[in-house]
Amino acid sequence: MITVKIVTFGIVRDMLGGQSALTESLPSDTRLEDLSALLNDRYPALRRLDALRYAVNARYAGKDVTLQHNDEIALIPPVSGG
Amino acid sequence: MIEIKLTDAPLNPSDATAFVSGSLSGGTVVFIGTVRDQTQGKAVVRLEFEAYEPMAILEMEKIAMTCKELFSIHKVCIHHRTGILDIGEIPVVIAVSSAHRQAAFDACQYAIDTLKKEVPIWKKEVFEDGEVWVAAHP
Repeated sequence: MITVKIVTFGIVRDMLGGQSALTESLPSDTRLEDLSALLNDRYPALRRLDALRYAVNARYAGKDVTLQHNDEIALIPPVSGG
Repeated sequence: MIEIKLTDAPLNPSDATAFVSGSLSGGTVVFIGTVRDQTQGKAVVRLEFEAYEPMAILEMEKIAMTCKELFSIHKVCIHHRTGILDIGEIPVVIAVSSAHRQAAFDACQYAIDTLKKEVPIWKKEVFEDGEVWVAAHP
């Protein structure tokens, strides 16, 4: 098993009931797409977002990446800086 | 040479222009974002900006370094605010200096356009009767 930290921002944090960070224990071969499916099942509101991106350790990551112990995964809803 | 700053303190555009100025530069292009008092005809009370700070800084550094690769510029400076901003306050300042003006215009445009698409910063518009996360609401 591995443990990862999940961090949320903006509308995603609202959708998760205000949780800005959570810890998740996962099988060691978990890929980002597996975690995404798990979160979509647990928080169905996430499916309503047009474009939810993910970052692993502060870099945008593709869904096929395999997660590592202690990774920080960020859920990135559409950005609106500037 | 690049300078990146993400801060909850007010931005001063002259800090950015001072950073990029120099005797090699024939000109400086500056983009200053400001908080408008309305959006789509609806009165805005204030904006609230939040950032995924370590990644926002990395992404702004990436934009600045790409500016240096793509355009013949000397220096680029990107400053962005977080926190609560009132009408007229400045969320973003981008300054670019170059020997000739076109490169600075092009780089500044590239930088603000890319920042708005890629940098993990979010703004919430607060109205008298509610609030909305810009660009994100389904």
